[in-house]
Amino acid sequence: MYLHNKLENKGNFFQKIKNLDFVLLTCILILGIISLATMYSTDSGEVLFHTKSHFVKFVIFTLLMLIVSFFNIRLWFSLGYFSYLAVVAMLIWTIHFGITASGSQRWIDLYFINIQPSELMKIFIILCLAKFFHRKRLENVNSFYSVIISLIIIFLPMSLVIIQPDLGTALLISISGIIVLWFAGLNHKYFFYSLLITIVSLPFIISFLKPYQKLRVLTFLNPDRDPLGAGYQIIQSKIAVGSGGLFGKGFLKGTQSYLEFLPEKHTDFIFTLFSEEFGFFGSVFLLLIYAIIIYRIIKIGAISRSYFAKLFCYSFGASMFVYIIINMSMVLGLLPIVGSPLPIMSYGGSSMLATMIGFGIVMSAKVHSKQSIA
Amino acid sequence: MIDQSDNVIKLSSINRRMFILGIAKIIILGGIVSRLFFLQVKENKKYLTLSDKNRIREWKLPPVRGDFQDFFGNTIAGNFEAYQLHLIPEQVDNFRYTMNRIKTILELSDKEFQKIIKRKKEIKPWETLIVADNLSWKNFSKINNNLYDLNGVKPIISISRNYPFKENYTHILGYVSQANENDIASNDYIKEKFVQGLKVGKIGLEKTFEESLIGNNSIERYEVNAYGRRISQLAFQQGDKGQTIKLTVDTEIQKLANELLIDKSGSICVMDIFTGHVVAMHSSPSFDPNSFVFGISQDDWQLIRNNPMKPLINKSISGNYSPGSTIKPIVALSALENDIVSPKFTVQCRGHKHPLELYGQTYHCWKKEGHGYVNMREAMKQSCDTYFYEVARKLGVDKLSETAKKFGLGKKVFGNLFDNEKDGLVPNTLWKKNALGRNWLLGETIITGIGQGYIQTTPLQLCLMTAQIANGGHKIYPTLLIDNNDKKDKFVSLVNNPENIKFIQEAMFSSTNEIRGTSYRSRIEDPRYQFAGKTGTAQVKRITERDRELDLKTSEIPYEERDHALYVAFGPYKNPRYAISILVEHGGSGGSVAAPIAKTLFKKIIDRHDVRKDFVSKKYLEI
Repeated sequence: MYLHNKLENKGNFFQKIKNLDFVLLTCILILGIISLATMYSTDSGEVLFHTKSHFVKFVIFTLLMLIVSFFNIRLWFSLGYFSYLAVVAMLIWTIHFGITASGSQRWIDLYFINIQPSELMKIFIILCLAKFFHRKRLENVNSFYSVIISLIIIFLPMSLVIIQPDLGTALLISISGIIVLWFAGLNHKYFFYSLLITIVSLPFIISFLKPYQKLRVLTFLNPDRDPLGAGYQIIQSKIAVGSGGLFGKGFLKGTQSYLEFLPEKHTDFIFTLFSEEFGFFGSVFLLLIYAIIIYRIIKIGAISRSYFAKLFCYSFGASMFVYIIINMSMVLGLLPIVGSPLPIMSYGGSSMLATMIGFGIVMSAKVHSKQSIA
Repeated sequence: MIDQSDNVIKLSSINRRMFILGIAKIIILGGIVSRLFFLQVKENKKYLTLSDKNRIREWKLPPVRGDFQDFFGNTIAGNFEAYQLHLIPEQVDNFRYTMNRIKTILELSDKEFQKIIKRKKEIKPWETLIVADNLSWKNFSKINNNLYDLNGVKPIISISRNYPFKENYTHILGYVSQANENDIASNDYIKEKFVQGLKVGKIGLEKTFEESLIGNNSIERYEVNAYGRRISQLAFQQGDKGQTIKLTVDTEIQKLANELLIDKSGSICVMDIFTGHVVAMHSSPSFDPNSFVFGISQDDWQLIRNNPMKPLINKSISGNYSPGSTIKPIVALSALENDIVSPKFTVQCRGHKHPLELYGQTYHCWKKEGHGYVNMREAMKQSCDTYFYEVARKLGVDKLSETAKKFGLGKKVFGNLFDNEKDGLVPNTLWKKNALGRNWLLGETIITGIGQGYIQTTPLQLCLMTAQIANGGHKIYPTLLIDNNDKKDKFVSLVNNPENIKFIQEAMFSSTNEIRGTSYRSRIEDPRYQFAGKTGTAQVKRITERDRELDLKTSEIPYEERDHALYVAFGPYKNPRYAISILVEHGGSGGSVAAPIAKTLFKKIIDRHDVRKDFVSKKYLEI
């Protein structure tokens, strides 16, 4: 038995490499290259700060993802609650000692990197809830006790992020949580009722919104009401995407971004720039890459033996999908402007770190797919 | 801990839900793709246009203004290259240092310096700041020599208006200056072509022909960024220069007219009696229109405005003067035409002691001793007032005004060409009734007969009147423009009996060329230059008995009260071609002040006529 284990351990490292999902890895690398090229374009065709920084982050975080994938899925299972609590602690820390930028206090200074805990929470809330539901019997999932606990798990970070204030991320965190609840088998009627309650209480929620948030909603409903003010971003974004046409204006030739008509082109509006330069075909190609990534994540979930891994993969895949859709809908004028980055493509370390950790755990689930968790 | 069956249920539940969500995902993804398709393929054209609208902006440059040329094709209003100094604040590393360097190089005063600093604050940092708009060559080269030290400073050669003959043509051409809000509002052409720094005609022909002169803007098309900063030039569309307008004037004669009237206030008009070409038209004193191009300084402006000789008024067409004795040819002609008197009609002029008396009013002749018995020819020659009192009395003002109007008095000579031209005034009984509401008095007829009273004419009208007498009583249409192809009836006769005109011409000849003629001293005996004319001395103030007793010399009377000296003439007598009118405001008597000017003028005019003739025949040869 011992010998067998040892033998197994010897071949472990190469075995693990062999077990990696190379389709997923390739897609992530392609996405990385696309994002670097786009970042290069936002720097007006020069290797400047954003490009360099994005490259360094991508390399480091890809390595981090591989490291994460080599650790046994059981380790991530056991770290489920701890990591969640650690990020909650970071969020609390942020409230008191965070760095303020553009009107909200979102970052904490870790001396070598500024980190945005709310982005990390998007992953760790999934990890935490997956662990929570792993042990639950199906009939217990809908018990009062577990519903309350899971709601607390969702609302605690959500409210901490709202305080910052960062409504967009808070919404995304709660959506991630709700997705886990859905996969865990929470009764449909809960979703139905809470949707109903949300719709009914919408007027009240709106009255609690800050003026600039209300403005965003109004602007979404009619972008032309203030084309040079609140509606400027969305109008310029639509012009950029629309003027791209079938094949795009060509790499480094996007006039809207090059001439600085596009706001936030490094972060939330990166897809606009990509779409302007590479057109409809380019955009569909990018969507395809994302679709393959999500498909692979779900596939890994499907072959995973442990319920935890399955739940995590499905939820992470669905969350990824939601992030991408929300970001794209926003820049295409289908949703109001909420600050949500496009995974990997957008500039921003925390978002990429969180996504890469997510990929790493998924990879780990693939490498250790035979592993069952007691 | 977890039993197998529960696990199976859990797995089937999660997989079922995964399947549901998977389908939802595919549908949503389809939605995004169709949205992309809608924006990028279906609405592509619309957004492409919007994107171009965003990034492409056009800049208009000031158009190049058309020239004015005199009869011989000399440019009398053209363009010159003005040396300017432009600066783009954001391209200057140290604005304060650079400005101080410029200040020392150009020796700017503190006031000018502050003005530039103020202007800098009003513009965006990437917009052009015009530091100096018209540098001398010396300063321009100094700047160029110091360019190594002046980062971001651009010496520019820009095109600007120039009047090479300075004050000579001011009243004909007018001048250009910075377009203001009024100009833009009143003229659509200016509105369409307006750019910062555009100069437009403010008065004179520059204003009248604004639409032909202004030309078309050159257009620069630039790619700009979101903040309006120019990134790169995409296209340059060359504009057109405005039309060149050819005038009938002769610069040599115009210059002589200016010299003859120097330090005097007055006007000289010279007209071709057949074509109606105005060969010269000068109003004195004049001023240099070049000083208006870059904005005149307050001091210079006050100097022009407050000059008692009124340089701003174009006296040739906007000055209303009593014609004085220069009206006598028309009075005589009118009497002859209406068969009131014959040339043999004789009146005794008995001097100041025995003036003509009518209803208690006395009417004096200018000559103290009187002229004795005079017939019409003698009366014209010596300008006997008493004779014309009598003729006017017999003729009546209505008949006189009819003839005077026929010969061009009392209405604008150029029509709408100048907006400051005056009508003058030829009174009649109906006019007085309508305008003043009172009946016409006989005494008023009498003084009208010697060109005093209500009657008012502009010097140009007198010139036209003389021209039409000189050409045998035919109608002409005076013009300043060569290409004036109006299909007007040319040369309609204005008189019933050509003999009458002949007589008047002969009488005017005697006035200049026979002894005792009022302008005898200014005669030229050489038949090539010989001219015939009529003097005029227009009172500006009623002469009192006291004045008559004092009998002061002109120089002893205050300037404002001195008589206007007038002279109208045509020549050469044997074969008339040109008519002139001369007015010297407050100059004294026409015979001693105005007529001598004609002598110099006619020599020049006749000499220039040959040049003019040669020029015209050569022009036809070339074709």
